[in-house]
Order: sequence, then C-alpha cells, then structure tokens
Amino acid sequence: MNGRAPASPDPAAPWPGPFVRYDLVKELAVALGVVAGLAVVLTILFSSPDDPPTTLQSWAQAAPADFVATSLTELNGTSEVAEYGPPYNHTPEATQKIGPLDLQSTPGVRIPIDTARDFVLEPLKTIPGSPRLQLAVAAYEAAPPARQEAWTSAYEKALEGARYRRGVVVVPAGPYGPVAPMMAALLGLAQSGGLDGDLLAGNHRFYQTNYTKPLLFLSGGEYFEERAEGQHLLGTQWGMMNETGSYPGQVWLWLYTFWYQIEPFLESPNADALIFALMAVLSLAFVCIPFIPGLKSLPRHLRVYRAIWRDHYREVES
Amino acid sequence: VSAEPGRPPVSAAERKMWTTWVRERAVGSLPPEKLLPDRQPSYVSSWIYVFGVAAISSLIVVVLSGVILGLKGPEWWHVSSVGHFFNSIHLWAVELFFFTMVVHLWGKFFMGAWRGGRGGTWVTGAVTFLVAIGAAFTGYLSQQNFDSQWIASEGKDGLNSVGIGAFFNVADFGQMYTFHVILLPVAVSALVIWHVLLVRRHGVVPPYPAKAKAAAASPPPPAPSEGAAP
Repeated sequence: MNGRAPASPDPAAPWPGPFVRYDLVKELAVALGVVAGLAVVLTILFSSPDDPPTTLQSWAQAAPADFVATSLTELNGTSEVAEYGPPYNHTPEATQKIGPLDLQSTPGVRIPIDTARDFVLEPLKTIPGSPRLQLAVAAYEAAPPARQEAWTSAYEKALEGARYRRGVVVVPAGPYGPVAPMMAALLGLAQSGGLDGDLLAGNHRFYQTNYTKPLLFLSGGEYFEERAEGQHLLGTQWGMMNETGSYPGQVWLWLYTFWYQIEPFLESPNADALIFALMAVLSLAFVCIPFIPGLKSLPRHLRVYRAIWRDHYREVES
Repeated sequence: VSAEPGRPPVSAAERKMWTTWVRERAVGSLPPEKLLPDRQPSYVSSWIYVFGVAAISSLIVVVLSGVILGLKGPEWWHVSSVGHFFNSIHLWAVELFFFTMVVHLWGKFFMGAWRGGRGGTWVTGAVTFLVAIGAAFTGYLSQQNFDSQWIASEGKDGLNSVGIGAFFNVADFGQMYTFHVILLPVAVSALVIWHVLLVRRHGVVPPYPAKAKAAAASPPPPAPSEGAAP
C-alpha cells in the first residue's frame, strides 16, 4: 500500500487513494473449495428429507372414511376444487380480488376440471368386468340434478354412521340410488392403486408428467392436510417456507409467509391475492432502492458502514 | 488488447463493421486489467467482501450438483443412496447460496453500494435474488415427494389468485422441472455474470465521507452523489 486514503472520496470518480494486492481468482478458488467442503460436511451430518408422497392409494387404505366423504363432495360438486373458480372451472363469486381488480378471472378456465366427471365417473368407467357398476354410473348420469342431489345427500347422512370393515364401506340400506355401489367401487379402485393411474394418465396417454388432477383430489381430503399439519407445513404454521422434518426449508420466503400470520390477511377471503400484490410492491421497492428518495440515503444514517470500513476510517481519522 | 503484430490500425471501413463495434465497445468498457484486476482500493478489506464470491461459489456447486442430478434423472435421487447424497449436496449448496447472497445484499445495502452510478449493479443483484427464489421454488416443486406435493397444493392458491397459475401450473411436474433445470438457472447465471461485469466496470463503491474533523484537514472533495445514475 502507498499513499493515504482520502477522507471523502467521490463515489463516481476513480479511487485516488492507495491500492492493495488482491487475487480475485485465488479468492474464488478458495471460496469454491470451502463451500463445496461445507456442503459435503452438511450432507454427511444432516442428509436431506425425502418423505414419500401421499398417493390416492395410501389415502384410501389409511383413511377410507375420509376418502369416501371427499369423493362424495367431488361427485356432488361441493368440494373445494369443484367450487374453486378459474383456472379450473366457472364458479360465480369464487375468485379472489384486489379491491375491484379480479386478476384470477382474467385468463379464464385454462385447466378445466369437472370433479364429478374427472375424479369419479370417468375412473369408474375404466373398471373392467363390472356391468352392474356401469349400469349404476349410467343411471346416475341419466338422472336429473335434483335426483342426483337427493341421492348424494342421503348418502352423505348415511356416512355419519358408516362402518369400515377391512377397508370396505358399509352403510345401512337407504335411498342412495346408484351412489352407494359407485362409492364402494371408487374406494376399491383407489385402494388398488388404479385411481392414481387413471387420474395421472387419463385420456389414454402413456407419458404423463402432470400431477394436477390427483393432487387436487388429494388436497380435498383431511388426510393430506393432517399429514402436513404433523410436519408443521400448514399456512398457519408458516406454511410452505418450512420443510418436512427439522430442515431449514425455504427460509427466504419468511416475509411472504409472515403476512399470512397476521390481520387483516389472516381472515381475509382475498388473502392470497392481497399478499401477492403486497409482495410484488415490496419486491419492486427492493429492486429500486437506489432510486427511492429517503430509502437510498438510509444506510448513511444507519452508520453500519463504519463497522464495515473501520480500517479505512481508523486510518483517515487518526 | 494488443493488436496483431504488423497489423495496421483499424480503418474507417472496419469501424463500421458490427464485429469491430462490439469488440471495441467491450474492450473499451472492460479492458483486461479492469476485468481481472490484481489490486483493489485499500478500503476493500473486510470479511463482508467474501460473501459475494462465496455466493458465486455456492451457485457453482448448486449448478454442478444439479447437472449430475439432471443427468441421472429424477428417479435416481429417490432410489439410490448415491443419488440421495448428491440431492443432499444440492440442497445444502442452495441453503449456502441464499445465506451468502442475503449477507452480501445486506452488506451492500449498509454500504449504500449504488452510489456513484452503481444503480445497475444493485438492480441486477436484487433481481438475481428474486429470480433465484423462483429457481429454488421450482426445485422444491420438482422433488417428487410429500414436501413438493404440499408446496404445490399451497402455492397454487397464491398464483391462481392473481391469474398466474393458469400459465405456471405448480402441479405440473414437467413444466416445473423444465423451469428448474433450464430456464431459471440460465436466467440466474446470466444475471450473475451481468452483475459481476458491472462490478468490474464501476469498481467497488468507496466508503462514505469520514468525520468532519478529518475531512476538514483534507482538500474539499467534489460533492458526492448519493443516488445512482439511472
């Protein structure tokens, strides 16, 4: 080093003070070695979580009552997905809004899902060697909506007293029409693993990488949510920034997740849209800090820079 | 850059060539000694400066471990202990990447590192952070385990609520995997390269003025510009 550091350098001008040797390439090589070594050490010490996914099969086997109850809501169109709105279906007043702005409706229904048809009726039609079941499905489809609703309502009440023997749902005789054999068959199809395949590779497609339908079906049941709650993953538990097990997860999403924990977002039906908009504004402000009056001067007032450049200030102020 | 031995100076006709224009702009903006300097101003002596290069190092480990995972395919990290090992390295490298990047960002904030026409350097760094969040998010969605299922189930509501979910379907593994292994890593890497080139072009931001007593002993400096030149 030679010369003396200026007390008040112009940040836009070339540095008029002394220079020191600085080997950037060596610094990068050493840092790369340290970081790679640290990643290996952390891997040896802590590995990583890889909890098996929930399948429709594991759900139907572990919680048949929840599966059947959820399937019934998919059939009669009262499930969360059935009443979701865009991009899955047209449901009046289902969308979230930012004031008068309804961005959810703007793209329209681009991932159409009819829960009765996609989750129940079409899969049942794939079961081979079941003429009585196919007659039941045909009878249900041919019935007017009021009759269908009467059947599903009666079956819904009957489920409150249903028993499950060896994974089979048993309800007392009642005015369920074809719904009882349909639900029993759907439960059996799910327990065999057939429903996972049907929803994943529907429409006779062999290659399939889109999990939308089975995931939406799963998300309607309590079993899926209870498993998430056990892994502290619910929205009220700081949600998806967490990871299964005791791992750091996506901690960088803390601010996004934070808003879900407080009012007015906690109880707002528009919480997702409002928080997304808020984070978009905050992100834009973060990017534009150098151009925002007041904010761009904040570091000068905070004076943390004096700790960062303490050697420099010690020299010029001595 | 030294000219070829015996080559005459660039002619007016050559200056009109697109290739010549790009080369002279590039070399003029970042001559080799500025692109890879072997000395730095004396104030560049703090541990905070390590975190920028540590973030780049972490990104290199993320990309290399990701390439190995990509070459072996999604099934590998679930059924093979070696695959799981590399998946774990990928995870921890991502955690280190974000940790070092956040410390680097805070450090640059407290330095007011956008002063003296360095606004673009801050903007590229901040955008890199935001795009990296997207890259990590699609990575978590591509795990094909319960964690990715739940993140997709939760994440879809936020994206659907503002209309993005109709085009960016978090439950579509094929789409998320493509974003994660190609589109977003390329975007993050390009932004980091751009950011580093801007750092090299404008240099490391100098300290804020020292105390008035010491400043009074020095000749009056030109008025420092607080903000960044757009």
